[in-house]
Amino acid sequence: MALLAGGTDLLIQLRSGRADPELVVDIKAIAEMRAIAIDAGGYCVGAGVTCMELIEHEAFARSWPGIVDGAKYIGSIQVKGRATLGGNLCNASPAADGVPSLIAAGALACIAGPQGRREVPVAEFATGPGKTLLAPGELLVSFLLPKREPHSGDAYLRFTPRTEMDIAVVGAAVNLTLDGKGVCSQARVSLGAVAARALLVPEAAAALIGSKVDAAALARLSAAASAACRPIDDKRGTKEFRIKVAGVMAERAALIALERAGRHN
Amino acid sequence: MTRNHVSTTVNGDQVEFLCETQQTLLEALRDELQLTGTKEGCGTGDCGACSVMVDGRLVCSCLMLAVEAEGKAIETIEGMAKGEKLHPLQKKFIEHAALQCGICTPGILIAARSLLTRNPDPTESEVRFWLAGNLCRCTGYHKIIDAVLDAAREMRGA
Repeated sequence: MALLAGGTDLLIQLRSGRADPELVVDIKAIAEMRAIAIDAGGYCVGAGVTCMELIEHEAFARSWPGIVDGAKYIGSIQVKGRATLGGNLCNASPAADGVPSLIAAGALACIAGPQGRREVPVAEFATGPGKTLLAPGELLVSFLLPKREPHSGDAYLRFTPRTEMDIAVVGAAVNLTLDGKGVCSQARVSLGAVAARALLVPEAAAALIGSKVDAAALARLSAAASAACRPIDDKRGTKEFRIKVAGVMAERAALIALERAGRHN
Repeated sequence: MTRNHVSTTVNGDQVEFLCETQQTLLEALRDELQLTGTKEGCGTGDCGACSVMVDGRLVCSCLMLAVEAEGKAIETIEGMAKGEKLHPLQKKFIEHAALQCGICTPGILIAARSLLTRNPDPTESEVRFWLAGNLCRCTGYHKIIDAVLDAAREMRGA
């Protein structure tokens, strides 16, 4: 059995014969999976919400611009009109553009199955390329995002040879919160396409916490991000290139997140 | 295997067709409804030749199952001209010679119209980003972009 959300991965697998399910179940008529709602002060985003719906949700984009950065990078306008963040996570590509920001945001994946419901950190959801921790009969229902603190900002950047219609060679997401004096009080950093799954990198976050995100902190962030990479060589980039660029992307994403945090009251 | 009965709206007309479960909307449009203006390029959502509107959303019809069209409103290139009267985008594509082989043209016209509906006064850069999912292997894009910007000007009455 295969679950059909946006279908932008599944239909290609059906066409190529990589997937040949006896049954395809379309989940898009399940209201909870299509809703963007406020839950306990934070957002609950249905796993079947399309990238375009998320991009167009102005209040969500103000709270979580880094998650919207990721949604914007996923394919063309046509693909974004169908593709979902839930599908992006379940497809479990190490280079998924939607995932690092969710990890940096501290999002929980809400899963429903025959044994009831459970919530797991998005960082633990993919277990390897194309593999997830979903048990048979389970499905990803929604993402739960924590309540946004004042002076918070997030950002996602990726390196690709061209600006559109490409797959990340390296992706980096930074989510941070500043205190009243502009000191970083909380941070989470995630890297994509540099390991078998998107990584949460606490060492990189630690480089920012307690700093004013100045040049010295950014240099430590960059070094910690590069040190966390366990990439492969492939046609899109070498190991050495990915390791170096991960530090650069993390640093640049941190600067965008910092600027956004300054605007976000 | 039993074929699925689908009831949908195409260019404002109520239509019904039968399809296989794994058939795409693109295949149903072309093979069941004989609406062959929508083209197949790559079949994997990379080229945009099969672009159509579904409930006001620009999508690749090769990435959607035909059975998902049930109860939806589909718009294809066949609905763009009103009788003999071409849409301003169609006229400008001819004026600017914004096509050569023409395979990508229906998809680009549908995509461009969806942009101008949302944003009647796009910058060149906005047009290029919006059409990033529509590949043309003949023209080099300049004439396409010029035609879209010129059509936008005409539609704004500027």
